[in-house]
Amino acid sequence: MSVEAAKMIGAGLACIALVGAGAGIGNVFGSYLSGALRNPGAAAGQTTNLLLGFALCEATGLFGLVIALLILFAF
Amino acid sequence: MQINPMEQFRVEPIIPLHIAGYDVSFTNQALVMCVVVAAISIFMFIAASGRKLVPSRTQSLAEISYEFVGDMIHSAAGEEGFKFFPFVFTIFFFVLFSNFFGLIPGVFTVTSQIAVTFALAMLVILAVIVTGFMRHGIGFLKLFVPHAPFALLILLVPIEVISFLTRPISLSVRLFANMLAGHTMLKVFAGFVIALGGAGGILTALSIAPMLLIIAITLLELLVAFLQAYVFAILTCIYLSEALHLHDQH
Repeated sequence: MSVEAAKMIGAGLACIALVGAGAGIGNVFGSYLSGALRNPGAAAGQTTNLLLGFALCEATGLFGLVIALLILFAF
Repeated sequence: MQINPMEQFRVEPIIPLHIAGYDVSFTNQALVMCVVVAAISIFMFIAASGRKLVPSRTQSLAEISYEFVGDMIHSAAGEEGFKFFPFVFTIFFFVLFSNFFGLIPGVFTVTSQIAVTFALAMLVILAVIVTGFMRHGIGFLKLFVPHAPFALLILLVPIEVISFLTRPISLSVRLFANMLAGHTMLKVFAGFVIALGGAGGILTALSIAPMLLIIAITLLELLVAFLQAYVFAILTCIYLSEALHLHDQH
């Protein structure tokens, strides 16, 4: 296998990071919704935490993108 | 026709300039940053020039943004955090305006460069370290020692140190990768429009589909642009709050 082909496969494999990000973001919003429906009064106060959790989760998926870019362009 | 979606991120010199062997050319990136700073300044000057008890639209926009950042600092860092108001306000508006300017077609996206976001993140971490040491002296190192039994501390202290050291990386990569991914996606779909449009026949008519998708993604990117600026600013507040209060609740 040529190095070029291996790079492409590696970059593709790096996208598996999105599995975790997807599951995580789904969990963040799902948990928020179920909590918010049980206690709507407290929901408004938790939007900051919601967005924070979303951003922290999303970042892990994007690290996968960075690794893919590094494999493709940096080496 | 081959379209490279990464071409939009190329930094091109506008006014080439070399001083003592260093390339300090005025680039398209520097130009957009100047425009961003000018836009924020002009907006704030106009908003604050005719101060009235009953605010005009521009003035109330400025007041809303002031209260928004103020609330953010208050909820994340408490009363003491307010001395960092100018710092957080500047960072929030610089990132927000950079993200929004980048969404104008053809305009270079400043925050899609890791050099820019990493410089911002290092500034934040430097402010955290300086604040922490000025306030607590050497006691600032207690930040790395959580309340836990000694046996656990052997494990926890290295984890805390590593998590502190990766903060500038995660802070900068989050913003940069979000902008990079969003803009790459827009250009990839734009490539579909051109490829379909040039194909002829029924395929040309179909090129409206990716076009509509681009419009929808642009709306999503507007949300992401705001959200990332917000997240960057609120994480700044949280890090500063930790430097001010260590592990105590405020």
